[in-house]
Amino acid sequence: MSNEIIDGIIKAFELIFSGDPTVIDITSRTILISFGATALCMLWSLPTAIVLSQKRFRGKIFIKGMFNALLGIPTTALGLILFLLLSKSGPLGFLHILYTPTAIIFGQAVLITPIAVSLVTNAIEAIDPEIRNLAKTLGASELEASLTVLGESTSGVGLAVIASFNRAIAELGVALMVGGNISGYTRVLTTTIALDTNKGEIVLSIALTIILLLIVTGLSLVVNLAQRGKT
Amino acid sequence: MTCIVELVDVTKEYGAINALDKANLKVETGEVLALIGPNGSGKTTLLRIVSGIETPTQGEMYFQEEKINSRNNDKLTKNITMVFQKTVMFTGTVYDNIAYGLKLKGHTKNNVATKVKEVLQTVKLEGFEKRSARKLSGGEQQRVAIARALALDTKVLLLDEPTANIDPKNASLIEDILQAVSKHRKTIIVATQNMAQAGNLASRVAVLNRGRIERVGRSQEVFRSPSKFLAGFARLENVFSGVSKTTEEGTTVVDIGSGVSIVSTLEKSGAVTIFIRPEDIILSAEPLISSARNVFKGRISEISDLGSIVKLKVSIGKDFVVQVTRKSFNEMALNLGSSVYLAFKASSVQAV
Repeated sequence: MSNEIIDGIIKAFELIFSGDPTVIDITSRTILISFGATALCMLWSLPTAIVLSQKRFRGKIFIKGMFNALLGIPTTALGLILFLLLSKSGPLGFLHILYTPTAIIFGQAVLITPIAVSLVTNAIEAIDPEIRNLAKTLGASELEASLTVLGESTSGVGLAVIASFNRAIAELGVALMVGGNISGYTRVLTTTIALDTNKGEIVLSIALTIILLLIVTGLSLVVNLAQRGKT
Repeated sequence: MTCIVELVDVTKEYGAINALDKANLKVETGEVLALIGPNGSGKTTLLRIVSGIETPTQGEMYFQEEKINSRNNDKLTKNITMVFQKTVMFTGTVYDNIAYGLKLKGHTKNNVATKVKEVLQTVKLEGFEKRSARKLSGGEQQRVAIARALALDTKVLLLDEPTANIDPKNASLIEDILQAVSKHRKTIIVATQNMAQAGNLASRVAVLNRGRIERVGRSQEVFRSPSKFLAGFARLENVFSGVSKTTEEGTTVVDIGSGVSIVSTLEKSGAVTIFIRPEDIILSAEPLISSARNVFKGRISEISDLGSIVKLKVSIGKDFVVQVTRKSFNEMALNLGSSVYLAFKASSVQAV
């Protein structure tokens, strides 16, 4: 068994460095999909976080609590809900996106929304509340003041983006259930690893796992260094 | 004179607290008005309402005779700027901070650079453009904050206790800067707890007490007969009333009673009220040979320890408050009853 693992690791590195087309294909698709999901998620999460952190309104604590509670939502549970929504007879069936990369992007975006909203809200709340007032006394409109506050919390927002991306790229449930793991179309790193391990194709699984780990840790490292660089 | 800012029965409630209680105030174009009152009297709240970052709970606010509501609130934020008591800096350089408002106004890059250089000169921080703003000392940050506000050249400038919590050196620098700025016929409202500062900068004073405006009037009138309330908190020391006479040399001599006469450069004769700031008085254990026109011998009658600074009361017939650093206090081996000499320049004597 242990020989098999060491063997697998050696072959895995060979696969990675030989530029195997399957590995490249799956890796690039995975990155594109999770990147798309993160971008889509930020589109609605940033404004939500700005409102949650800056405005006073009724039910705010409830909404914040809800996002916090959803931080750890099981991916399979969300996968099933999205499957039901997107399937032909479901309320969103008319979109015809089930088993497409679009479905995974949408699904992962929903999945990481609680993380993005919670982390960005915290990041903005950590900024001196007077920054917003300062911006306004210097002539900024409400929107410009909000953007300034967001700009002041760049490092926190950056962290939120990375954490969201990492959750998206590492999840299995949503990609499997609404993507369908179709070879060459919706197959991503996690779904391939799960499938190939079941099939006994341990080498490809190990290669892809190493890639997944490299992406997740590498990205965090780069952001960490970039933040240390600036004052 | 036209009225630029007007508050009519403005009330501001924070929960159960009435920070401002039916405040009425008219500020004229080009005047320097001081808001004087202790902590919690509503000075900051009033400034924040005028600046447009807070809205009154009740009452009306007018800017250039136009009533302000939620829709035209930008009339305030675009024409009025404020320097906060607690300095707030954006991340980035001093340049970034000062350029912020100018960029919003759509100034060209060259224009911004020129303006930044100009205002940094005004606050005596030439060449500080590339420094990281948050790494500056508190006093320097406050000067950047003033430069940032001045750069915009707004119609009204609001200053919230600009020298509170600032070291004495920076505080007097800031006072000089503001003194120069206040001569530019710009409308300024300055909140302060310091009567000397109010007297130096402002032509009119509004006294605030528990959210109410107790009194509004010309600085001299308000300070000549300060209410018990005003005298109770305002940090004004060495205030004496007396009769001033012009001498042949062109100076004046103020007889403040008890055999004490003070030489001043004030161009005023007759009844005056004067003050000398404790930091302007030099204390010495030996007789002094100096250019100071006022030298008195006296005895220490009171010592109060303020940390790095020691405050002394010296009786020369009248009681004078003097401050020295703890180091020189120790070096001079001073005690209660010690004989000391006081010296101050004729130009350090100010009228209220």
